Amino acid sequence: MSSYEARFKVWRGDVRGGALEDFRVEVNDGEVVLDIIHRLQATQAPDLAVRWNCKAGKCGSCSAEINGRPRLLCMTRMSVFERDETITVTPLRAFPVVRDLVTDVGFNYTKARQIPAFVPPEGVGPGEYRMMQEDVDRPQEFRKCIECFLCQDVCHVVRDHEENKPAFAGPRFLMRVAELDMHPLDAAEESGLDRKRTAQDEHGLGYCNITKCCTEVCPEGIRITDNALIPLKERAVDRKYDPLVWLGSKIRRRS
Amino acid sequence: MSVVDRQEWDVVVVGAGGAGLRAAVEARERGARTAVICKSLFGKAHTVMAEGGIAAAMGNVNSGDNWQVHFRDTMRGGKFLNQWRMAELHAREAPQRVWELETWGALFDRTKDGRISQRNFGGHEYPRLAHVGDRTGLELIRTLQQKIVALQQEDFRETGDYESRLKVFQECTVTRVLKDGPRVSGVFGYERETGRFFVLQAPAVVIATGGIGKSFKVTSNSWEYTGDGHALALLAGAPLLNMEFVQFHPTGMVWPPSVKGILVTESVRGDGGVLRNSEGKRFMFDYVPDVFKDKYAESEEEGDRWYDDPDHNRRPPELLPRDEVARAINAEVKAGRGSPHGGVFLDVSTRMPADVITRRLPSMYHQFKELADVDITAEPMEVGPTCHYVMGGIAVDSDTAAARGVPGLFAAGEVAGGMHGSNRLGGNSLSDLLVFGRRAGWHAAEYAGSLADTRPRVDDVQVDTAAAEALRPFSAEGGEPAGGPPENPYTVHQELQQTMNDLVGIIRRAHEMEQALDKLAELRVRARRAGVEGHRQFNPGWHLALDLRNMLLVSECVARAALERTESRGGHTREDHAAMDRAWRNVNLLCALAEPDDALPVTEAVRGQIALTRETTEPVRPDLLALFEKEELVKYLAEEELYE
Repeated sequence: MSSYEARFKVWRGDVRGGALEDFRVEVNDGEVVLDIIHRLQATQAPDLAVRWNCKAGKCGSCSAEINGRPRLLCMTRMSVFERDETITVTPLRAFPVVRDLVTDVGFNYTKARQIPAFVPPEGVGPGEYRMMQEDVDRPQEFRKCIECFLCQDVCHVVRDHEENKPAFAGPRFLMRVAELDMHPLDAAEESGLDRKRTAQDEHGLGYCNITKCCTEVCPEGIRITDNALIPLKERAVDRKYDPLVWLGSKIRRRS
Repeated sequence: MSVVDRQEWDVVVVGAGGAGLRAAVEARERGARTAVICKSLFGKAHTVMAEGGIAAAMGNVNSGDNWQVHFRDTMRGGKFLNQWRMAELHAREAPQRVWELETWGALFDRTKDGRISQRNFGGHEYPRLAHVGDRTGLELIRTLQQKIVALQQEDFRETGDYESRLKVFQECTVTRVLKDGPRVSGVFGYERETGRFFVLQAPAVVIATGGIGKSFKVTSNSWEYTGDGHALALLAGAPLLNMEFVQFHPTGMVWPPSVKGILVTESVRGDGGVLRNSEGKRFMFDYVPDVFKDKYAESEEEGDRWYDDPDHNRRPPELLPRDEVARAINAEVKAGRGSPHGGVFLDVSTRMPADVITRRLPSMYHQFKELADVDITAEPMEVGPTCHYVMGGIAVDSDTAAARGVPGLFAAGEVAGGMHGSNRLGGNSLSDLLVFGRRAGWHAAEYAGSLADTRPRVDDVQVDTAAAEALRPFSAEGGEPAGGPPENPYTVHQELQQTMNDLVGIIRRAHEMEQALDKLAELRVRARRAGVEGHRQFNPGWHLALDLRNMLLVSECVARAALERTESRGGHTREDHAAMDRAWRNVNLLCALAEPDDALPVTEAVRGQIALTRETTEPVRPDLLALFEKEELVKYLAEEELYE
């Protein structure tokens, strides 16, 4: 086992401003960036603010940017860096800073509330749900999401465009629409809710131009663009421009 | 008088894991205006770490399963110390609680005929755990979170305000339960982000704060697990039950050091993984205790056949309850047959094809690959025991989840005691959260509703005292007796963790626990001097300094109760009293504050803060006892219990 001293730059400050602060800190075998942040807290900067919980890549709390790239602090091993490299840790850029590495991620909770919930099918009681595994595979992929919001942070639609935030739910919540739309028993349509249309009209699906940045940063390896956003776009377009679908929806609504 | 923000609610739920959220859903659906307070962001609670599944006797995979079988397994797992009425309610109600999740949008893995699939787990006679790969906890928390949002959307449509009837106060910490005479009147807490204090006035408070693992060095628990709810209840005058029972999960990661303790799900064994020592031997066959002898396979061949033909073979001993497996691993390592980093080998690579492993255990594959450079489809994992769960907790009424002695206080989930006896079975935690979360929310709402105009009032003096207590770390230098410079809270915490790990850990000895109590007394004095730098805004050092009070209180409970119980049972193993003693079967140990009327923690170092009492448990109801064979009961129950 070998230890060495690493160089870190950690952003410290709050809503009024701040700057990168230099640290030299011990690193041991097998450690991740979050271990180093904790060592800084315990030995040099007891009030250094950072969010974390599970330290196992399961809760999605410790999101930050390491050398400019959105990542989970707990799943970034120190061994991926050169020993003489200076490692820079900054808060998520797309969200307002609260303090140090902690940002106000309230945007995401606001968006979550705007996506209409699962609509249970009428007349199917608890214990009577029957779904085939092959039909739940697709939405299950999206439910692996740990809500780390790295995709929301990296997405260029909002990363440097605060003005787009009101109209755009972001990859995580467009994926939530896709998930509900693919749920075998979701009864939104029967209740008069067209999830594909609302994705387009209310949650800003049209802003997405499939650059796949979200997929690249997803720590769960969810294929957000290919499996959620593109299919949702295709289905939304079908609805909008296919005259037969349009007619069908009118007729069904009347009956 | 301190200036603090005050709000009024009907029910306040402290904690937003599975139990807290389920309680909140229930309370709100029964008409109570409900506030949820959680230390982390909404949806990040420790429940997300649960991997294996939710135990519920739905009988989807083996139709022989029913609540009686589940009840029996639970009592056996807990070595008959369980509060039997809780175990009964739990076994009866778990299936409804799981099915209900589906109506809220949960997507469990399916059987061939489209029902919820169920998997095998330690101590469960049949495949019983509803699951989603190995991320069941995430599915549970997300489903409950989304149900809360659905209710808020309903409220928005009716009132124009999402938070009119159900509000989540995220990143807030409660430091005191407030009282009006004997009754609960609300909670005092602070916002982590701003450091501002607040009071939520409410006649009913549900504590659902989870466990205490952060008092131990090697643990699968997150930073939140500082025993807050246990301590809040104690300080409010409610006793804790059987705190000596702490579960060490047999399989935590052991290497590299930075991930030591992180959980390796029991599903690895449930799905066919085996434990081997450095000699390549499946050692668990040597560790089947007498009480389980006729229920487990005697040869590897029989154990292997069981996966495909469970009706004609017995299960492999890797699937014994967790306490047995953890002790066995400990013994193997001690005998010099451990793995290079002080654990044993857990292997799936020779038991299943690679694609089955990555499908059934995706996050384990991910976790080992990312954190340890180990490909579990090609080589064995190294694992060892890790502090995982506390069976002890707030003493509650089985049916209502009401804490004893404090009207208006309720508790559910890991923070509540009794349900699991001396040892919890895997999978029984998530079902516990749902069954008793719902009951706590229900009875809290009912209690709050019954008060009408006679609601308890918040006492300003208590609010001021709580504020002063919370601010103390900022002025730690001044005023304290001959203390020297302030203590670093991180250092005090590390010493506490080391103490509990070394002296009140998986194998216990009287003199070591006495030593631990001395050390705890010293740490308690030093924790009073824990000082912090900076200001109140999102200051982790301050937060930890405040959490120390709770961890120290709870650790003292564990150590005192463990010293008192002179037998080995479930999650309490004494080297100096190695056998289970039937005379202890019906004995509960209760911890209470030594000075109940003291509003602040006592500084008296030597005597300690906790007073211990014994009580005899209520006899198991005859029709429930009749579910067991007499020959089995003889192993557990005292003579006089058998012939009553």
